[in-house]
Amino acid sequence: MTAISLETEGLSRHFGALTAVNRVDFKLAAGARHALIGPNGAGKTTFINLLTGVLMPTRGRVLLAGRDITARAQAERVKLGIARTFQINRLFRGLSALENVCISVAERVGAAPSMFYPAGRRADVIEESMHLLETLKLGDAARHRVSELPYGRQRLVELAIAIGLRPQVLLLDEPAAGVPSAETHIILDAIERLPEQIAVLIIEHDMDVVFRFARRVTVMVGGAVFAEGTPREIEANPQVRSVYLGQAAELAAHG
Amino acid sequence: MNVALAPADEPAAAARLAHPAARALIRRHYFRWWEALPWAAAIGFYFAFPAYLAFGTELLITVLFALSLDLALGYAGIITLGHAAFFGTGAYAVGLLAFHGVWTEPITSLVLAAMVAAAIGFASGLVLLRTRGLTLLMLTICTMALLQEAANMAHDYTGGFDGLPNLPIAPIFGAFAFNPLYDNTQYLYALAVLLISFLFVRTLVYSPFGQSLTGIRENLLRMHAVGAPVRRRLVICYTISAALAGVAGGLWAQTNAYVNLSALDLDRAATVLIILILGGYGRLYGAFVGAAAYLALEHFLARVYPTAWQLGLGLLLVAIALFAHNGILGIGAMLWRRYGRRRAAA
Repeated sequence: MTAISLETEGLSRHFGALTAVNRVDFKLAAGARHALIGPNGAGKTTFINLLTGVLMPTRGRVLLAGRDITARAQAERVKLGIARTFQINRLFRGLSALENVCISVAERVGAAPSMFYPAGRRADVIEESMHLLETLKLGDAARHRVSELPYGRQRLVELAIAIGLRPQVLLLDEPAAGVPSAETHIILDAIERLPEQIAVLIIEHDMDVVFRFARRVTVMVGGAVFAEGTPREIEANPQVRSVYLGQAAELAAHG
Repeated sequence: MNVALAPADEPAAAARLAHPAARALIRRHYFRWWEALPWAAAIGFYFAFPAYLAFGTELLITVLFALSLDLALGYAGIITLGHAAFFGTGAYAVGLLAFHGVWTEPITSLVLAAMVAAAIGFASGLVLLRTRGLTLLMLTICTMALLQEAANMAHDYTGGFDGLPNLPIAPIFGAFAFNPLYDNTQYLYALAVLLISFLFVRTLVYSPFGQSLTGIRENLLRMHAVGAPVRRRLVICYTISAALAGVAGGLWAQTNAYVNLSALDLDRAATVLIILILGGYGRLYGAFVGAAAYLALEHFLARVYPTAWQLGLGLLLVAIALFAHNGILGIGAMLWRRYGRRRAAA
C-alpha cells in the first residue's frame, strides 16, 4: 500500500437545499495518476474547490499527508503543496507567458513580498520559469502576451503556472477543455511527463484521456462516490456503464 | 522525464536567460533615455517661465497625487474614487500642526502627513479591500465624505468651511523660506519631493512585490491559487498609496499656506482619476502626461472659452474612452509599436 497524499473523510458541502458533495471518503495516493469522472453536475469541481480551500465544507475533513488542513485557507494550502488548474483559463492575460510563470515561481520561492530590488535581478526565478516553459515546448511563446496565444498553448501556460508551484498534489480540472482535438495530444503529453512523485488528480470528460492517463478512477454521481477502481474495473462495471459511460457515449454520438 | 525538478546545468541556464523574453524581464527596470525628459522639462520650465511657477508647483503636486493613485488603481487594480481622502488627510495634518503652532518644519511635517495618511489608508483598507468593484468604489467615496464632514464639524480646530489660512511654514533647512509672491522655493521643493517619491514608486513597481500587484490586477482569483496573500498585499499597496497621496496633500498645504475642505472633495478625487485615465494608468509616466495635459487644457482653454472649457476636456475624454483605452501614453505606445512593425517589415 502506497502512502496517502491527500485524503477526505465524510466531506460534504451543501448549497442551501442542494447537496453538491455528499459524504465523500476519498484517498489520493502519493504519486497517483487518478481520474475523477462523472456526469455534469456530479459535484466534481465543487469537490476540487473543497480540496483547495476555495470553498469550506459543511461537514467532514481534508487531510494532507495525514495532517488536518480543513481550516486552512487557500493560500496556505498552496504553500503546503496543493496546486490546481482551472476548467476555464485563469491567466494573467495582459502579461507575457514568461511573466505568467514568473509570478507563480516568485510566489513559491518567497520572492514576491520583496519591495526594494528589481524583479529582474531574480535570475533564479526567470531562469526556472523559462526552463519550465521550454519543457512544455512553450519557449517560442515566452515573450508573447498570453491573450494572443492560441487556446491550446494558453492551456499549457495554465498548466505551467501550477507546475511552477512544485506541488505534491496537482489537481487538473479538465485540462484539455476547449482545446481543438488536433491539439489535445500536446496537453496530454505534458501531463504524462509530469514528475512521478506528484500526485495528480484529473477531472476529465474524454474517456480516451482518462483510460490513457489514469491508473485509478473514481466515479462521482449526485455528489457522492459511485464507484472506484482501476480503469479496467470501471469500464467493466455495468452500473457505471449505465449511468455514465453510456451517457457519455450517447453525448459523444449526438455531439 | 522530470519537468520541473530537473537540475539546471550552467550553460543551458545562461542560454535561457539570453532568451528575448527573459532579457526583457531582466532589463525592464533599466532607466531609458527618455525617462530624463520630464525632469529636464521641469527644470527647463523653472528657467523659462518664472512667472508661472505657482502653476508649475500645482502641476508637480498633481503629478505626485496622480502617481499615488496609479500605484493603487493602475498597478493593483484597486478601483477608488475617494483618493482625495488621503490627500486631504495629509493637507490637514500639515495644516493643523502649523496653524496651531505645534510643528512648522516642512520636511518632517511631510513625513508626519505621510504617516497619518498611511494610518487612515491602512485602517480603511482593512475593511474596504474585502470588497470589490462598485461596492469598493462606493466605500472609498464614503470614507472620503466622512473625513470631509469630520473636518467640517471640527471647525474649532480646522476652521470648518473657511479652512486654515496663512499657515506659518518654517524655511526649508532653516534657510529657504516660502515666498507667496515668488514660487521659486516652492517649485524646487515640490520637484525634489516628487523626484524622491517617484524613485520610490518606480522601485516598488519593478520589484517582485510590484509584479505580484500586477498579477492581482490581471487575475485576482489566480493569485489566490498561486498562494499569494492577496488581501495583505492590497492593504500594503493601499497604505503606501495613501501615504504618497498624503505627501501630495501636505505639499499642497505648505506651498499654498492654507488648507480648506476642497482638499477632501469628491471633485478633487474625480479630477485625479480623470488625469490618470487621460495620461494612461499602470505605466508610471501616465501621471506626468495626464496632469500636464489636464492642467494645460484647463489653463489655456479656460482663457479662450472661460465658460465652456470643460467641453473640450469632455470631448478629449470621450475620444480616449472610445479609441484609446490607455490614455495618451497608450496611444503613443500603440503608434510606436506600429512604427516598429512597419520598420521590421520594410
